[in-house]
Amino acid sequence: MTALIFIIFAGIAVFCGINLVVQTHPIASALSLIGVMGSLAVLYLQLGGEFIAAAQVIVYAGAIMVLFVFVIMLLNAGAEAATFQVSRFVKYLGAVLLAAFLGLISLIIQATLPKSEGVTFGAFQGTTVDVGRKLFTTYLLPFEVTSVLILIAIVGAIVLARKEI
Amino acid sequence: MILENFFILTLIKVAVVAFVLLTTLAYLQWIERKVIAHVQLRVGPYRVGPHGLLQPLADVVKLITKEGLMPSHVNRLFYLLAPFVAVALALTSIAVIPFGPEITIGPVKTWMQLTDLRIGILFVLAVSSIGVYGVALGGWASNNKYALLGGLRSSAQMISYELPLGLAVAAPLLLANTLSFRDMVNYQTGYWLGFIPRWNLFPEIFGFIVFVIAGFAETNRVPFDLPEAENELVAGFHTEYSSMTFAAFFMAEYANMVTVTAVATLLFLGGWTPPFPAPYSDFIPILVFAIGGFTALYHGLNPARRKDKFTLPAAALVFLGLAAIFGVSIVVPALAVLKTILMALFWFCGKVLLLLFVFIWVRATLPRFRYDQLMRFAWTGLFPIAVINLLVTGLIVALATK
Repeated sequence: MTALIFIIFAGIAVFCGINLVVQTHPIASALSLIGVMGSLAVLYLQLGGEFIAAAQVIVYAGAIMVLFVFVIMLLNAGAEAATFQVSRFVKYLGAVLLAAFLGLISLIIQATLPKSEGVTFGAFQGTTVDVGRKLFTTYLLPFEVTSVLILIAIVGAIVLARKEI
Repeated sequence: MILENFFILTLIKVAVVAFVLLTTLAYLQWIERKVIAHVQLRVGPYRVGPHGLLQPLADVVKLITKEGLMPSHVNRLFYLLAPFVAVALALTSIAVIPFGPEITIGPVKTWMQLTDLRIGILFVLAVSSIGVYGVALGGWASNNKYALLGGLRSSAQMISYELPLGLAVAAPLLLANTLSFRDMVNYQTGYWLGFIPRWNLFPEIFGFIVFVIAGFAETNRVPFDLPEAENELVAGFHTEYSSMTFAAFFMAEYANMVTVTAVATLLFLGGWTPPFPAPYSDFIPILVFAIGGFTALYHGLNPARRKDKFTLPAAALVFLGLAAIFGVSIVVPALAVLKTILMALFWFCGKVLLLLFVFIWVRATLPRFRYDQLMRFAWTGLFPIAVINLLVTGLIVALATK
């Protein structure tokens, strides 16, 4: 059951990821990205990281991607026109080279990674309480630095967007 | 026994909840039209069935049999996906809403809830934040400037109001120290000084007000219904939708209303817990239904209109029957389970209906905001109040647990 759910959602994630690059229309690409994020959230859920899964959906799929879609709709961007000719070399050798590359990568991963049952968080359970406690005790400094970074980004965006300073 | 199978039991519960929810959505629209009509000194739907009670049925038949028009030069996939996304996500949230406590019928022990997540409240927030796509996509895919503007307005509005909504939700979470709706209601059970219910409403009155106002905006209701402002945008994001695709958007709006009011009830109004200690609160449902029944009976015996001679006594019969069922369930000790179910449903549905009435009442009373007013209100009005409320709550909780 677990393996089945993993295969289904990993498949959806990979399909949406490929679709994101293949699609010519920006909205279709953005929606594929939402699909990737949604299926990643399901995978987090499978690992027991329920808070991370919810945060993934709320923050990435629900807030950041809405802004992406918003901007695409606001600019009314149309479908991308093909501006380059595909060379004969790419057309015939591309698939073979891609397969060789993927095979090499998988070979390296097989060789270097230890054989284990699967990813585990160990003692860390990934519940909301655990995440919150870690974030506000052990990793307080990175957390604060990140929030200051985001604040700087917001101020920078406002400065750039203002007509006169 | 077959009911002990988790799968079958859940299937039955899903069927019951889905049936009740969809019927409620249809009749919510009847209630809305009636209430607004009476506020504006009209009678509202009156032709189909007694007091227009069969109007929702007629509306559904009309919507199904109408022709589904497809505007030219639209992206078919996105155009048809949008209403589906909107209604599917709006109906999903109900899965984590508990309606009552744990009940035991013979060997079967179950909660009056479809499923309890440890992150139930986050789940509702996540589903509602994804729900924006239905409206935004529908507006964009319609190939219509009015619809596009409606969709843009809606996404901007929902992102802005999600912040105060989330902060208002966070304060009761701090008090109860949980993200599960079940534990949230358990925390609110009991009474201060023996008679004041321990609801989050009293310590979190500002949070409650912010939550309800942001809830109006999240469901695109008056006074925040800019996405479908008729005088500016024809009908906003659903201008180009007809037949069942329009009905899907319509249903999504009402389902979102039910979700927001149910969450407000669970977080701030104590869910299914009665407002008075047990022996007194048990008699209130009987009293309410009996008063309703006798009033209907009185007006049925002195009919103002010819039809009232038949319709009002029938209504009186229903009310008095309900009162009798509540009475029997209290008096007969063998029916303790029935009493638990009925009491929980009465108080939960009563609170949800009260909040829904407030939603409709506001729609009948207030004019619409201007768009800049809407944004300024969110960022300079609600947001600071929600932040200060959260900070004060956090400080008090930290000092109390020290």
